[in-house]
Amino acid sequence: MGNFSRRKAIVSGLAATAGATGVAVAARLAARYGLVPPDDGGIYGPGESLTYASQRLLTRHSMAREFSPSQISKLPFANATDPPDAAFEQLRAGGFAGWRVSVNGMVARPASFSLADLRSYPVRSQITHLACEEGWSFIAEWTGVPLSHVLSLVGALPQARYVVYFSQQKGWWDSIDMDDALHPQTLLTYGMNGGDLPVGNGGPVRLRVPRQLGYKSVKYIARLTVTDSLKKFGKGLGSVEPEYGYAWYAGM
Amino acid sequence: MADSGCLPGLAAEVPKIRDAPRHTLLVRLTHWLTAACFFALLVSGMEIVVSHPRFYWGEAGNALTPPLFHIPIPSSRATVPTGYKLVLPDQNGWSRALHFQTAWVVELTGLLYLIYGVFTGHFRRNLVPPGKEFSGTIRRVLGNHLRFRRPDAAEAASYNVLQRLSYLLVIFALFPLAVWTGLAMSPAIVSVFPALVTTLGGQQSARTIHFLVSLALVLFVVVHIAMIFLAGFRVRMRAMIGGRAGSQ
Repeated sequence: MGNFSRRKAIVSGLAATAGATGVAVAARLAARYGLVPPDDGGIYGPGESLTYASQRLLTRHSMAREFSPSQISKLPFANATDPPDAAFEQLRAGGFAGWRVSVNGMVARPASFSLADLRSYPVRSQITHLACEEGWSFIAEWTGVPLSHVLSLVGALPQARYVVYFSQQKGWWDSIDMDDALHPQTLLTYGMNGGDLPVGNGGPVRLRVPRQLGYKSVKYIARLTVTDSLKKFGKGLGSVEPEYGYAWYAGM
Repeated sequence: MADSGCLPGLAAEVPKIRDAPRHTLLVRLTHWLTAACFFALLVSGMEIVVSHPRFYWGEAGNALTPPLFHIPIPSSRATVPTGYKLVLPDQNGWSRALHFQTAWVVELTGLLYLIYGVFTGHFRRNLVPPGKEFSGTIRRVLGNHLRFRRPDAAEAASYNVLQRLSYLLVIFALFPLAVWTGLAMSPAIVSVFPALVTTLGGQQSARTIHFLVSLALVLFVVVHIAMIFLAGFRVRMRAMIGGRAGSQ
């Protein structure tokens, strides 16, 4: 009996050590390969980290589903947002001719772009799904310039790891990793279903990240910052969403 | 007369049954982990539904499109037409985090159970109904159930045929379907495996099936718990916690 329980203790001890070592090694590897989300703390940190790491590994080269024109939703639903500020209204009155999207941070040539600038760059149109975390969705054709093109114009530095993007609406900002930022379907959109992007859907400029849920597609984009760390932005959780309990990574 | 497929003749030795091993440690562990996960998934899932208690069929659906059906409750979003003035507080953040974290735990638990069940013959021995006298057994067990008769001694040592069929349905149909339809709602996952969602008819169909599967699982759990009370709560709990069969 004594032998048996000693053997049991040794075996469980070894198993626990192996388990702990395994978790530690996995955490080191995950950090090294950029598989740890900025909101990895707290009681839901393990779940967020597992989801981000596994989906990031799986989706490195995958493309969001695209649909046929007949599948475009007749009534694209626009979630109500707070009315943008007075400066927005002024720009809107001028047909957004004065709208600028500035790009700074870890870039060789910080710059700001007008709507006309964005329209003059290579155009990509894609019919994709916008799924809200609440459960509803619609399909629309989104037109814009790939974010990767804008990032190459400003010369994003090789050590860049994230792109942080800010809405004209105060306090609304988010970020994506470089995999998503350089993804061909990640667009600075200015058009929807053949027309200008309506304000209700995020016009004049909305960043569309179709492999993630709708809330990552921030409306009224005014500024982008390229960075290697999210620690200095807000509470360091990667976006404003985790401050309200929502996941930074929204691939699910 | 013992007619359990796996432990013939045991009924004659009722005293021995009391201390006979009933559920292995792994079955008990995975059972209670799954039970805890189910509760967490149910609570968080209900909160997620509250943010949009309308269900659609096809690829897309929203407040402007007619629902397949809706749940007549208030929503946590003012944009959802529910017919109620009341807008519930937004609980979607932690609900989603809890839902997905629990999904990880329950899927890994399920995987462990699946591997165990295949390699130890647990499924073959304890869950697949014995082939011979199948219809006779099912009639007798069904009769016992309808008359609210307590299970006979043989059933203290193994599962009866109705249990086997419902457990098989939960383990091999409802649980995998819940995982599948859950994954089919993920824009990232379906960017790699589009067939996960196209075979279901679209992302909104996946959401609707996910909800219906949850309802079926809730129904199973309600009946499961009712059966434990009818069959003898203490004995069944002792079997699933301590692992000993016990008897009536």
